Amino acid sequence: MSMDYREYILDHYRNPRNYGKLERPDAHAEDSNPLCGDQLAIDLQIEGDQVTEVRFQGRGCAISQAAASMLSEMIEGKPVEEVVLLGKDDVLDALGIPISPARTKCAFLSLRVLHRSLALAGLEKPREEEDEEE
Amino acid sequence: METLAVALILIVRQHMTTVQQPATRSAEDIRKDFPILSRQVHGKPLVYLDSTASSQKPLAVIEAMSAYYETTHANVHRGVYEISEEATAKMERARVKVARFINARQSKQVIFTRNTTESINLVAYSWGNANIKAGDLIVLTEMEHHSNLVPWQLLAQRTGARLEFVSLTDDGMLRLDVYEQLLRQQPKLVAFTHMSNVLGSINPAREMIAQAHTVGALTLLDAAQSVPHMPVDVQALDVDFLCFSSHKMLGPTGIGVLYGKRDLLEAMPPFMGGGDMIRTVGLRESTWNDLPWKFEAGTPAIAEAIGLGAAVDYLNALGMDNTRQHEQTITTYAMEQLRQVPGLTIYGPDASQRGGVVSFTLGDIHPHDLASILDQEVGVAIRAGHHCAQPLMERFGLSATARASFYVYTIESDVDTLVKGLHKALEIFNL
Repeated sequence: MSMDYREYILDHYRNPRNYGKLERPDAHAEDSNPLCGDQLAIDLQIEGDQVTEVRFQGRGCAISQAAASMLSEMIEGKPVEEVVLLGKDDVLDALGIPISPARTKCAFLSLRVLHRSLALAGLEKPREEEDEEE
Repeated sequence: METLAVALILIVRQHMTTVQQPATRSAEDIRKDFPILSRQVHGKPLVYLDSTASSQKPLAVIEAMSAYYETTHANVHRGVYEISEEATAKMERARVKVARFINARQSKQVIFTRNTTESINLVAYSWGNANIKAGDLIVLTEMEHHSNLVPWQLLAQRTGARLEFVSLTDDGMLRLDVYEQLLRQQPKLVAFTHMSNVLGSINPAREMIAQAHTVGALTLLDAAQSVPHMPVDVQALDVDFLCFSSHKMLGPTGIGVLYGKRDLLEAMPPFMGGGDMIRTVGLRESTWNDLPWKFEAGTPAIAEAIGLGAAVDYLNALGMDNTRQHEQTITTYAMEQLRQVPGLTIYGPDASQRGGVVSFTLGDIHPHDLASILDQEVGVAIRAGHHCAQPLMERFGLSATARASFYVYTIESDVDTLVKGLHKALEIFNL
């Protein structure tokens, strides 16, 4: 499977959207990928049933950081009930390139942290870590 | 009779000291012995530059193992029937080969473990629990692989021992002045790597071990990166414990070695209990088998031991001086070529002070992206990440590097393909 670093991925990598953190987030989580040391933290501000603001901070490869940046754009302004339903396919669609098996952990790091933040805030059920599917 | 024996020993010794280095074989020729090097990845010939993580295997090793399974397999040290005796003899012959390879006085000083990590853990539990008390000092270095850090952290947690670390110079060598200061605090143990798996730095093990001994400290050398790549002589080093893995020296995975001085090993309690490591067993207590089996509980990795023995034969035929020389030549070439790539930074000392390992970064391209691009575009396999040495990475303010590493089968054109791939990565990242 050939991965293809498109311009927009490099743009999100070099100019990440919603980069930073919130003073008093309503939801927060962070995690790292123990294999490669990629790190990611997500802050959410939630008003009523809407995600009104998103900030993320992290360091890692173009795939993990671009995925986080794109995910932050996807969820800002969305109802919590929609954000809860976001899954791996949504991230893959946003990235728009094939992701080799060795790099799926990079692509899905931000998604995992997002759901963990919602679970910690009591907005969704904690998820069992899925087995890696090939 | 005695005079005859002495004369024989003298002849053998003389022969051993005058033994010639084997004729040099070219890496091009050596490659033919490694079936995997003729495969393709992404439609391109595989260029394997990750031997520091694990080496590839010559046909001689693969065939030794399959021949064992096809003709000889049975459990060892138990059976009275022919194939069990043959299996035992083959396995114990492998132990003798390994002992000679590192110049151990006796083969019983070679204990088979799973890998370097298990060898270090064995010492940390068995020797450590019996000898380390609250407040005792263990000296390590900032360039250790996690496998030579975490077992000592666990020991310190169990016992209340203190850990101190030899810091590094900016070019990735140990600060020997700091080491000397730490020795004044009279550590019980000094454990350090012979060669950094990230920077390739070769540490002056012989001098450091001698210095440790003057203050009464024991020494453990993590030789996972040195035994495969250069001559290592445990008696010349006077090291107390030496640990290494088969899979990094052309042998199979699943087997490693702990070498120890005999009096230390004799005095140590067992690490794991079970079959093979006992002399007598009662319901409430047991007595232990002799060395080395005292530390080899359960059915061992028999085929793997035989494979390791075949790897030692193979390396002996190449000559370890030749191996070291070849890697120095290819590393010097690689560093010259890599320095010409715009935006590339190499970490660690110059080629004369390092083994066949080069860690680098390229512009703002994350090493993982670099590794993906090299794999897909030119079929080059390198390692990317923290290389199981997070404290070392932090020392240099890095979260990850790309690492290319070389072995007996690496040729200049492998390096050229790597450089070609790096230019491709620069293009993809608009640099």
